[in-house]
Amino acid sequence: MKAYGKREAAITDKFSTQEMVLSMGPHHPSTHGVLRLILQTDGEMIVNVTPDVGFLHRGLEKIAEMVPYQSFMPFTDRIDYLSSLNCNLGYAITVERLAGIEVPEKAEYLRVIGAELTRMASHFVGAGALLLDLGAVTPFVHALRERETYNTLIEMLCGARLTHNYVRVGGVSHDLPSGFREEALKFVDHIEHEFIKEFNDLISFNSILINRLKDVGVISREQAIEYTLTGPNLRGSGVKYDTRRDDTYSIYDRFDFDIPAGRGKFGTVGDCYDRYWVRIEEITQSCRIIRQALNQMPENGEVRTKLPKVLKVQEGEIYVRTESPRGQLGFYLMSNGGTRPDRLKIKTGSFSAMTIIELISQGVMVADLVAIIGSLDIVAPEIDR
Amino acid sequence: MDRRELIARLNEILKEALINISEMPNNDILIEINKDEITSVMKTLKEGPSLKFDSLLNHLGADCKEGFAVIYNLYSFTLNQKITVKAYLGREAPEIASIESVFRGINWFERETFDMLGIRFTGHSNLKRLLLPPDWEGHPLRKDYVYPDEYHGIDNKRRSNFR
Repeated sequence: MKAYGKREAAITDKFSTQEMVLSMGPHHPSTHGVLRLILQTDGEMIVNVTPDVGFLHRGLEKIAEMVPYQSFMPFTDRIDYLSSLNCNLGYAITVERLAGIEVPEKAEYLRVIGAELTRMASHFVGAGALLLDLGAVTPFVHALRERETYNTLIEMLCGARLTHNYVRVGGVSHDLPSGFREEALKFVDHIEHEFIKEFNDLISFNSILINRLKDVGVISREQAIEYTLTGPNLRGSGVKYDTRRDDTYSIYDRFDFDIPAGRGKFGTVGDCYDRYWVRIEEITQSCRIIRQALNQMPENGEVRTKLPKVLKVQEGEIYVRTESPRGQLGFYLMSNGGTRPDRLKIKTGSFSAMTIIELISQGVMVADLVAIIGSLDIVAPEIDR
Repeated sequence: MDRRELIARLNEILKEALINISEMPNNDILIEINKDEITSVMKTLKEGPSLKFDSLLNHLGADCKEGFAVIYNLYSFTLNQKITVKAYLGREAPEIASIESVFRGINWFERETFDMLGIRFTGHSNLKRLLLPPDWEGHPLRKDYVYPDEYHGIDNKRRSNFR
């Protein structure tokens, strides 16, 4: 061979790619929480992804079998730290429905207001963190600024800023303080009329962001149902299904709200942008629910039913689903008539969202995998429980 | 189709595989079936005419002292109805067929049930522990689980900080 051929061979040898196994995480800036992905890569392309979970397994289901019904409430905060109030609510409704406990009218309104405020705050972090992972730092700070107001509002209600433990079996822990209604209305108006527009102008319609998110990580309608995706991830694929409307709980049937679904705003239906956009639209819908609830809420009334200190629940089984910001939160409760659950299974949205990553990340770039994880809004403690 | 009609229809379709069918709280229907028929029952529920229970909501295993139970929650978008399918397994070496061929999304759920309760799913593509480390001993959600004292030299016993 001539010298030229030799040199060419040397170059291809130097730059040729070979399959490599990389470990992304457990501590990686873009895997929200402690989560490990084992990537099989060819250059920058992903051949295969194997998620490795369990780093945050705290055995909540085992703890549930050891403590009385009411004492498990603070543990439900830890299922998903970004939407602890929704987890409280799901558990409370499960126990109430099996035990046949009535909840006072005012408590129902306070629950809905708290849950919807938490949904908004959770979507601020969900959308903000996705943008942060993609390299847009400023919008994340803007979203967290609004979350600060939410923290103050919730602190007025129950005294806690992160793990609320606000909902009780049979009601809520505290009545609303004076001045809360006005503050909450001001916050909701600010979000709906000012913040969302500002946020969209700042980043949502930015062409770099659109190009990063459109047509990436497409999940078809059939795949979404097959892999039991729920919540915004399911709606992002164009399925108009919301537990709040279709299997209603609490008093959600009294409010007028729309269910946003992905329709391929800039690319294909079910791509990362659709999932992002569904979350942004849901924030506005939550604002509408909170405003209606604040206006309809009775001035006076009990906020908690009188219950024995240690609750006994009749024998039986029940499966209750509620809509948490990260999808359906299901509690399967088996009771043997005692003071503690016989078995409590917690089914979370992130658990099923995690299973689909393996399928949709084949053949994408490593940087797109970051967008996919962010758009599915996965919170690691929710997977492991 | 309301709940009564659906129960009658399920009775008709599932005949031999069925042990009992009853109403459950929260507008649910509890279907107790023979464990050997699990795959065919799931296939019928998913693809059967005018049923279309195509959404798997939840799966869990439970220790019922005399044996184990595996439970599947299904939902039908077309009927807007949910059902709970339950099968009972024996105490010794509990085993049931995996329904991965019917619902692909069950993969991790079955791995978790295997991890926590030691129920084996035959025909599962990757039946390994999901949440606990691979060398963990025992299955924690069993009622007769004995807590280990230590794991690789890490003390598991809770000690008070105030002494």
